Amino acid sequence: MNNLIDLEKKINSELTTKINKTSIKHNQIYIEIDKGDLIDVVLFLKTNKDTKFRQLIDITVVDYPEETQRFKIVYLFLSHEFNQRIVLSYFINENELISSLTSVFPSANWMEREVFDMYGVNFKDHPDLRRILTDYGFEGHPLRKDFPLTGNSEVRYSEEKKKVINEPVKLEQNYRNFDYESPWEGTKYIKEISETNDKKN
Amino acid sequence: MTKKIKNLNLNFGPQHPAAHGVLRLILELDGEVVEKADPHIGLLHRGTEKLIENKTYMQAVPYFDRLDYVAPMNQEHAFALAIEKILDIDVPIRAQYIRVMFCEIGRILSHILNVTTQALDVGALTPSLWGFEERETLMTFYERASGSRLHANYFRAGGVHQDLPAGLENDIAKFCETFPRIINDLENLLTDNRIFKQRNVDIGVVTKDDALDYSFSGVMIRGSGIPWDLRKSQPYDCYDQLEFKIPVGKNGDCYDRYLCRIEEMKESVSIIKQCLARMEKGPIKTFDGKISPPSKAEIKQSMEALIHHFKLFTEGYRVPKDEIYTAVEAPKGEFGVYLISDGSSKPYKCKIRAPGFSHLQSMDYLIKGHMLADVPAVLGSLDIVFGEVDR
Repeated sequence: MNNLIDLEKKINSELTTKINKTSIKHNQIYIEIDKGDLIDVVLFLKTNKDTKFRQLIDITVVDYPEETQRFKIVYLFLSHEFNQRIVLSYFINENELISSLTSVFPSANWMEREVFDMYGVNFKDHPDLRRILTDYGFEGHPLRKDFPLTGNSEVRYSEEKKKVINEPVKLEQNYRNFDYESPWEGTKYIKEISETNDKKN
Repeated sequence: MTKKIKNLNLNFGPQHPAAHGVLRLILELDGEVVEKADPHIGLLHRGTEKLIENKTYMQAVPYFDRLDYVAPMNQEHAFALAIEKILDIDVPIRAQYIRVMFCEIGRILSHILNVTTQALDVGALTPSLWGFEERETLMTFYERASGSRLHANYFRAGGVHQDLPAGLENDIAKFCETFPRIINDLENLLTDNRIFKQRNVDIGVVTKDDALDYSFSGVMIRGSGIPWDLRKSQPYDCYDQLEFKIPVGKNGDCYDRYLCRIEEMKESVSIIKQCLARMEKGPIKTFDGKISPPSKAEIKQSMEALIHHFKLFTEGYRVPKDEIYTAVEAPKGEFGVYLISDGSSKPYKCKIRAPGFSHLQSMDYLIKGHMLADVPAVLGSLDIVFGEVDR
């Protein structure tokens, strides 16, 4: 359907119980669903003749560490035929397994691998869930809010060992993250804390 | 007696001139036929998205130059549009024309690089020598407007950083007159070239359905015959006022994609000409002092301007809580920014949707059953740049 409001009504009336909330913003429909209904909803959006969201644009996660349902999984779809976009989302807990979209969209493969790599979200039936963007043997999930910007380990070539080695990050200067609400107490000095800890030990 | 034959595993890259960057492609070969391709990416991963979360909106712009570094300003455009939509600000018309003009220059930059290196991969050296001379001219235009040849950092939310210097418009207009001849020269070398056609026709064929299923966009989807271009279907800035055509392929092979790129360069030249013709003197960024910094002269005169300047370059501007996905038609396909703001001066999350990521993912599907020598040809026509694939 070419009209956004009609499309929203159509989706609501066809999928009634599976939709938690819909809204229209910036010329896109935002839909919230439950974790378990993902495949059903996506299959409907892809195949129905009035929606035809034939293309999966991207999959991503938003991390809200303070919430109990920590991760918001976001799917972006595009319908070429009706020139519409949909943003589909649901919330999960930290260690929940979610179903993979690879059976519906083959392009979901790498997108889900990226989500797994960056956020540590696990997929139930993904054919090949490996890390994708980070280094071989990398530990941690970089885009989580509790992962430090500088990372945990750094790589260098060791002249003594004659090979490339990993070691914990040593900062010459603290990373300064200013809080503009109160600039005088905004910065947490990680280095000093670690030094005082060393003295205690 | 039966002999057991094992498939050969071959490492293509990470350092290979035809891999167009740092791609490690593990190929499983049966004789000379590729059975399976497993691309290993991430060798150029810099954590752009993490870095953007820790920078103010203005400081985040340069990171976008470093994604697809052969057409930097197209990426900045997507980010600028996302912020503008959330802040709900209008961009002055002159700024819109400047931005569209530089986006089209970016498109030519990217397509020259791709067409000529694709030719290089299949054995033709001359096109790259001729094409790169033109790229150099275009990059001096970038330099004169923004101060740097590649990492422009020129677009801002609400306009562009500075007005064009005197004489630049004339020089770009002159370039538009001479450049079509160069495209013709390139076409003379390649379009009917027997070797080029043998290496590209019917190689890496993508059907319409597969182009949709594999999340293709840009030339990859148009080459397969789907007339889809975000500049037409979801116009941004002043694209709806300009006249241009969308070249579409028929067979979805490497050769059709090459033809699409050549035609798109011609259309881009026409768009640049229209922009130059319609451009009038006027403001180049929004007047809102809370978003765009004041001029140097103003700072000397007004206390208010000085305060604004200081606040903008320390704290940055605040963007209200919102969630948005905006996409632009970058030379390689749909480049999107999924931005979540939380009311502070830094993005809470900024997911970058790079077209090359989904194109490269389909490598296994595209190359299965082809010969080893077709790998560079297919890879070349995918138009991969690792800055954006690895982010």
